Amino acid sequence: MEQSTASVTSNKVGLSRNDYRGAPSTLCQGCGHNGIAAQIVAACYEMNLVPEKVVKFSGIGCSSKSPTYFLGRSFSFNGLHGRMPSLALGALFADHTLKGIGLSGDGDSASIGMGQFKHLVRRNLPMVYIVENNGVYGLTKGQFSATADRGLALKKQGTNPYTPVDIAMEALVSNATFVARSFAGDPRQLKELLKAAIAHKGIAVLDIISPCVTFGNHEDSMHSYAFGKEHEEPLHEISFVPARDEITVDDFEEGTTRDVTLHDGSQVILKKLEKDYDPTNRWQALRMLEEAQENNWLVTGLLYVDPEAPTMYDWYNLPETPLNRMVEKQLRPSADSLQKINELMF
Amino acid sequence: MANQEQIVNDFCITFSTVNGSGSATANTTLMRSLFRMGIPVSGKNIFPSNIQGQPTWYTLRVSKKGYVARVEKDDIIVAMNPTTLAREMTFLTKGGVLLIPDDFKLSELRDDITIYTMPVKKIIRDAEVAPSLRDYIANMVYVGVVSWMLGIDLEMIRLALDFQFKGKQKAIDLNFNVVKAAFDWAVANLQKKDPYRVEKMQGLEGYIMSDGNTAAALGSLYGGLQFAAWYPITPATSLAESLNEYNPILRKDPETGKDTCVIVQSEDELAAIGMAIGAGWGGLRSMTSTSGPGLSLMGEYIGLAYFAEVPVVIWDVQRVGPSTGMPTRTAQGDLTQVNFMSHGDTQMIILIPGSINECFEFAWKAFDIAERMQTPVVVMSDLDFGMNQWITPKFDYPDRPMDRGKILWEADLEKKLKEWNGSWGRYLDVDGDGIPYRTLPGNQDIHSGYFARGTSHDEFARYTEAPETWERVFNRIAKKFETALQYLPKPVLTEIVGAEIGIISSGSADPAVVEARDLLMEQGIKTDYLRIRSIPFGEEVEKFLASHQQVFVVEINRDGQLLQLLTLKYPAQAVKMVKAAHMDGLPLTAKWIVEQLLQEKEA
Repeated sequence: MEQSTASVTSNKVGLSRNDYRGAPSTLCQGCGHNGIAAQIVAACYEMNLVPEKVVKFSGIGCSSKSPTYFLGRSFSFNGLHGRMPSLALGALFADHTLKGIGLSGDGDSASIGMGQFKHLVRRNLPMVYIVENNGVYGLTKGQFSATADRGLALKKQGTNPYTPVDIAMEALVSNATFVARSFAGDPRQLKELLKAAIAHKGIAVLDIISPCVTFGNHEDSMHSYAFGKEHEEPLHEISFVPARDEITVDDFEEGTTRDVTLHDGSQVILKKLEKDYDPTNRWQALRMLEEAQENNWLVTGLLYVDPEAPTMYDWYNLPETPLNRMVEKQLRPSADSLQKINELMF
Repeated sequence: MANQEQIVNDFCITFSTVNGSGSATANTTLMRSLFRMGIPVSGKNIFPSNIQGQPTWYTLRVSKKGYVARVEKDDIIVAMNPTTLAREMTFLTKGGVLLIPDDFKLSELRDDITIYTMPVKKIIRDAEVAPSLRDYIANMVYVGVVSWMLGIDLEMIRLALDFQFKGKQKAIDLNFNVVKAAFDWAVANLQKKDPYRVEKMQGLEGYIMSDGNTAAALGSLYGGLQFAAWYPITPATSLAESLNEYNPILRKDPETGKDTCVIVQSEDELAAIGMAIGAGWGGLRSMTSTSGPGLSLMGEYIGLAYFAEVPVVIWDVQRVGPSTGMPTRTAQGDLTQVNFMSHGDTQMIILIPGSINECFEFAWKAFDIAERMQTPVVVMSDLDFGMNQWITPKFDYPDRPMDRGKILWEADLEKKLKEWNGSWGRYLDVDGDGIPYRTLPGNQDIHSGYFARGTSHDEFARYTEAPETWERVFNRIAKKFETALQYLPKPVLTEIVGAEIGIISSGSADPAVVEARDLLMEQGIKTDYLRIRSIPFGEEVEKFLASHQQVFVVEINRDGQLLQLLTLKYPAQAVKMVKAAHMDGLPLTAKWIVEQLLQEKEA
């Protein structure tokens, strides 16, 4: 464990950036996922999260290896292909005060994991759900994934005949309470979206286009740096303002911004770009995704948010003390109660 | 009648009805009444995988000797379903009784039985029951006539209905009035010509009536269950539904009014097991309940829990497989699947309750074992236990404090770190028993976090593919299963002096084995009996095999799965083991077991 020293700047919980780092990446040089890991480190540092209050989850695939590369001090569980959502759900009920960060990919969430992904979303389990979306199976060396563009040609695979799954769309139709799309090549926007996702009360789905430099970085592919740079259509310029921080309105021209206040009092400030976009309107979000598909845009930004929707924790009458801190006298009913039960058994 | 010998508290009665007709209320009312009279009684529901309109049978066995296994013939049949009447007749013993509605036509008459016809429609009409309820209430007519025939105290029927309808007076009256009307009609119009009768008995004080799934749910809640995830599947569904029923009663914190146990209906079994394992890893006493098909789906995650060393309890309420098989019929056909669950070398701890009381006991014990051993524990029940009503000694309160195993919270870890020179490894065997120490998410010590995974790891939970590390860690896990033996329920041995034949069996085969041994004894054949209650097998099993000339392994499947596992473990004893395996979807009978033994003996 590296110690933070006085010479290193630290955040409000007294930790340095180093305290948020993980093991060195073993992914390919230039992999979009590495950039995402770096932004997770930055976002958690800036959000003053204590690593011991974060739990990381992942499934199987390149994306699912990434939790190793950030927040090395946090607990983490690398589960089965497509079945990180169920694992996370069970584990987070052990201590509902922890912040869950799930790392998945398009192979993990859009195929075998589609069911668990959508069911986690419809339960609105509070956690950040990141899909590192590259349209390709990297670990098995370059097969099409379910999010690969139709008509995309890969050397050994031929041409992809199927329409792609749109992660953000799937999240929206499953009533996700926070849906964003970003691009690994746009770190500034990504970091602000991650911060907003961390502050969100329910499930926050981030579909991050993350080019695979080894198998999928074709210029004509939506999941490439070149395409992203060329076709990215940010809906807005996004700034996250933590609760209790003063908003310096000087940064924005009047009438060009839209604020969304999250449950914890923090604010997401969206500076209007070309389109007038309301991220609290689900219908508009769905239409935007349709339009993006038709026009070949890589629409990025906060697509939809409902800051006050009840979460899965709200369906349960949970004690304040985390369940995993409960001791025998709280968990085993009395001998008297069993006598009463026995009397009922007839 | 006067010359006929009476048969008291020793007969079998089957009710043939159409499913969805409300016959369950009528049948359990009769069972409860008999139980209330202190008479040993067992009820078995043979029902179709269907909601409404298909034939269903409910059998009550009344046995003053206390036998509760299924029998193959019926002494009394109440036939309320005209489509199966001809079939019913073939099961009726000589001298038996047939009760039918007066509008049924018998195609063939038997002169060796007594027939009573019941004016079901007339009694219902006279009782002024609302038309929408008539079909449901019709079954209460036979409750009244059977009560007359057997001499069941109507007060007992009233008590049973009171219990059934949880004191709702309107429903109790509606049903009881029909029972009373039918009873009165029988008194006025029928003459008793059959020998069957019931009499009050002593000896069932301290007994209760329950099904195994309710017992399992209650045992789990008394075991400190904190998280259950489940997906509907016959015959396991009612286990989770019982959790839902009793959780608010038993597990609301009296001080805060908050719930200390979370129950989640998942989207499928893949998710149910994932949730349960996530919760187990998080430090919760966690379980799922399923049956064969669900278990097949859970295999991969259970393998991960084995390797990542996560405690979790899985209830397998077995039904007939493979595939969809017979979802509403009973079997012990998952044993080898569970034992060898998931890919790669794995080991499972299996608990096999042999009574309803043990369903309760093993339910709380399973958590102690799972947390102590940090591994999945599979409790194997079946439909016969799970869904049928049984009389059973009342549930005993756990006789020991919870064993949470080797968990390190902040203060524990700080202490241990000093002891261990500052180094802690999640998968390090410091005690030499194969069981490492674990920390739980939420622990705020900066040394506590680790990376759990299904991929190869070293003692410090770091990814590695080093051959020697893999083997060292993997062999250490195997060692846990030697340690486990001291924590598992030992087999139950019943001996007779001079017995040369041994019987090994388990689970719901037990009642038939118990009865079969008595029947064999009547023929001068002495048998010793070892009831297996857990796997891996302990030394008692080998001793039993070694000390008998011939050992019959009695089980409810086709291939003799328990025998297969015994053969693998004790190859030197294999030649003396005899397969006595049978599976047709119905609970085993003593008669069948006796026949197998006699056949083999003659051969």
